[in-house]
Amino acid sequence: MRAAVITFPGSNCDRDLAVGLEMAGAEVTRVWHKDSTLPEGIDLVGIPGGFSYGDYLRCGAIAANSPICSAVKTHAEKGGYVFGVCNGFQVLTETRLLPGALMRNAGLKYICKTVGLEVGTSDSDFLNNYTAGQIIQVPIAHHDGNYTATSDELDRLEGEGRVAFRYADNPNGSDRDIAGITSANGRVLGMMPHPERAMEDAHGSADGARLFAGLIGAMATA
Amino acid sequence: MQEPAITTDLIASHGLKPDEYAVILEIIGREPTFTELGIFSAMWNEHCSYKSSKKWLRTLPTEGPQVICGPGENAGIVDIGDGQAVVFKMESHNHPSYIEPYQGAATGVGGILRDVFTMGARPIAAMNSLSFGETSHHKTRQLVNGVVEGVGGYGNCFGVPTVGGEVRFDPAYNGNCLVNAFAAGLADTDKIFYSAASGVGMPVVYLGAKTGRDGVGGATMASAEFDDTIEDKRPTVQVGDPFTEKRLMEATLELMQTGAVISIQDMGAAGLTCSAVEMGDKGGLGVRLDLERVPVREVNMTAYEMMLSESQERMLMVLKPELEAEAKAVFDKWDLDFAIVGETIAEDRFLIVHNGDVKADLPLSKLASSAPEYDRPWVPTPAAEPLSDVPQIDPIDGLKALLSSPNYASKRWVYEQYDAQVMGDTIRIPGAGAGIVRVHGTGKALAFTSDVTPRYVKANPVEGGKQAVAEAYRNLTAVGAKPLATTDNMNFGNPEKPEIMGQFVGAIQGIGEAVKALDMPIVSGNVSLYNETDGTGILPTPTIGAVGLLASEDDLINADVREGHVAMVIGETTGHLGQSALLAEVFNRTDGDAPSVDLVAEAKHGDFIRDNREWIKACTDLSDGGLALAAFEMAACADVGVTLDSADTPELFGEDQARYLVACNFDQAEALMSAAGQAGIPIAFVGKFGGEDVTIGGSTASLAELKDTSESVFPTLFS
Repeated sequence: MRAAVITFPGSNCDRDLAVGLEMAGAEVTRVWHKDSTLPEGIDLVGIPGGFSYGDYLRCGAIAANSPICSAVKTHAEKGGYVFGVCNGFQVLTETRLLPGALMRNAGLKYICKTVGLEVGTSDSDFLNNYTAGQIIQVPIAHHDGNYTATSDELDRLEGEGRVAFRYADNPNGSDRDIAGITSANGRVLGMMPHPERAMEDAHGSADGARLFAGLIGAMATA
Repeated sequence: MQEPAITTDLIASHGLKPDEYAVILEIIGREPTFTELGIFSAMWNEHCSYKSSKKWLRTLPTEGPQVICGPGENAGIVDIGDGQAVVFKMESHNHPSYIEPYQGAATGVGGILRDVFTMGARPIAAMNSLSFGETSHHKTRQLVNGVVEGVGGYGNCFGVPTVGGEVRFDPAYNGNCLVNAFAAGLADTDKIFYSAASGVGMPVVYLGAKTGRDGVGGATMASAEFDDTIEDKRPTVQVGDPFTEKRLMEATLELMQTGAVISIQDMGAAGLTCSAVEMGDKGGLGVRLDLERVPVREVNMTAYEMMLSESQERMLMVLKPELEAEAKAVFDKWDLDFAIVGETIAEDRFLIVHNGDVKADLPLSKLASSAPEYDRPWVPTPAAEPLSDVPQIDPIDGLKALLSSPNYASKRWVYEQYDAQVMGDTIRIPGAGAGIVRVHGTGKALAFTSDVTPRYVKANPVEGGKQAVAEAYRNLTAVGAKPLATTDNMNFGNPEKPEIMGQFVGAIQGIGEAVKALDMPIVSGNVSLYNETDGTGILPTPTIGAVGLLASEDDLINADVREGHVAMVIGETTGHLGQSALLAEVFNRTDGDAPSVDLVAEAKHGDFIRDNREWIKACTDLSDGGLALAAFEMAACADVGVTLDSADTPELFGEDQARYLVACNFDQAEALMSAAGQAGIPIAFVGKFGGEDVTIGGSTASLAELKDTSESVFPTLFS
């Protein structure tokens, strides 16, 4: 699989996401935010965590209007895979590739800790390595992870099986405990927790590695 | 604009004493201009010149085969093998944090990160040591919230994992909180950058963010006591922008790859003045600056303001002129300012020109080398009063009292506000001894700890100084690391008082003896004096930051306590309760001497732990709160109960040094005991792990209840 990981000014998990993808066997190209095109033949675009453009205005809002994000939208519209983690999820909601918004945590504090996530569905190329209802351990690290959407949007996400992950013990006030969602075609995943920080036992959990392995396995057989 | 006349009041308001002003007159042979007075004030204040402490700092051991660069540069550099080095330092931002906690703490973190990446190292770990007043004091809640958010706000956005630290409370910090920020970075030993300029006529380049009026006079402010005019000092606090700092770091590291950098220095305290003088002085050169070329974000800035501004996220570099285009391209890529603002000159001059007018013309070397140096009078700290009787208490009551105190309760509320895992190499997060970060792409890892017990230092500065180093040594040892080197952040009161100076001298002596005996030389540091308000000083707080190396993954001692493990104490227990946590928290007493530190035993016991790590499943050092608190913390961390056999208060809560609590398999305990016997090291079976309760000397509480006590203290006090 060929993946591109985007670096915005202020991205700080770009290397981590690239390492996670590489550990699972992907070939990763790093892409600069001022570029207006993605490299040829890219299967997956990774949008990493961090504080793109300092999180000024709103988290992800400026990044969503950067030159590279036009190319990301085109890639997604053509059915390409896009994976946004943390700030990357915020960027995906700002581009409207995913519905809803990430508001300030209900407790108003930044939170960094490992949390339990309930897998919403395994019927996704990102999630095929999990079973629905399974609890996995993955770290979160964010100030603005409070997922918020209209009740119609939430009903639709749930009805269409697009809730990828729910918090076992909601840390940030997210509507319906939502930690991650997919697009209607299942090829865009945005999630606040950091699977790239749960790749091996030394991290304290290797549960995130299965997401990367599952994704790459699915694409190899696709 | 008419510059103010040089009057006695103006001189005094710049923090210059009459005899210091007399030296200035002697050096330049005329009355200084307003800008020149500002420059002298910036260079000669306590914060920048170390004028009260230099004499004593020189006595510290700073060398060893592992040391590549000791104190005097932006940060210390220590060899970790394979052509790699760890670059680290700790620095205070106490005064600004008290005035404006969020920005003060944030820019403290920003400053120390800059010190590290200025040398060519990518920051890989941060820690912070925080001291606040009593929780009932009206400012404490706001300070704790502001400082913690400031530390997190900057470090989280910048993208460095915060892996350790300390938080303490004592009424002595009511008027002066302490914010000591540590950062460590990783560099290749053949790609380290220093500040000494070389070559005449080389361009001096300004990099990073634009200059504003923030922080003018900050270093001078930080060299004075506080009084009731503190609110007026708010404009002297800098404002940080971690987003710019992240870009500045990436751009600087990329710039260094181009080969365009002759020398580089970050703009920290006293900004443009201090960085330019430092580069010129170290290179034996003069510097000319043309201030109209400095990128500014406010209009009509004067030479005085530009020279003294402490606007953040800025660097000064001496450039290889033939690589100007390549260098500028890097800064354009990151949308940062790149401006040639001057050049190196052969004469010993610091020549400041603004729109064609000479604003300052000073002998550059004199600004650095002729800074006053004081041998301040000092008196040794009198011997502590002997410890009077300490009644026996129920062990669980004693433990509960400690766990209910913010000094010994869980710090989760604090460290969960810091990103501990960005960069993907953190393998031990805060909350249990030293933090550990892998050296990316290798089997090596680095361990980090920050330690000091101020009440020991107050009672006995020499032993207290030793103890701070010894505890750091033990915390690194407890995870299996070999301690490498140390940074010291000396926080004290007014050095013009002989008893305060005596604390400083004693602590330096103790630290020096300890780092020598434990082979962890001082490679960098910082001194913060005048931590006093209305004449009352803080507890003497020489914070020790230390770094250890795990040469391979096999070196790691995991915190892997299991049901059925036996608990053993390595090192001799005599039950020293003087200055103990129990005495302070339960009996509200501060009598007795600090525990004495046997440095030979410390080294021997540390080696023993490392040599026998195969038998050890988990290890923690014994310090504040003694065996009882350590056993609880180990149990809580693993979520396994513990039983200690003793009911004796001194044995359970004594703070004898050179001790560790270890957990091991029942069938391996014998091997460990026999190894200890052969090495002549005291070892004692003290209990076992298992069940869901904490039982000490027959008294019992559920582990869950005790954890709840410990975990609820911070949220209750500060949320």
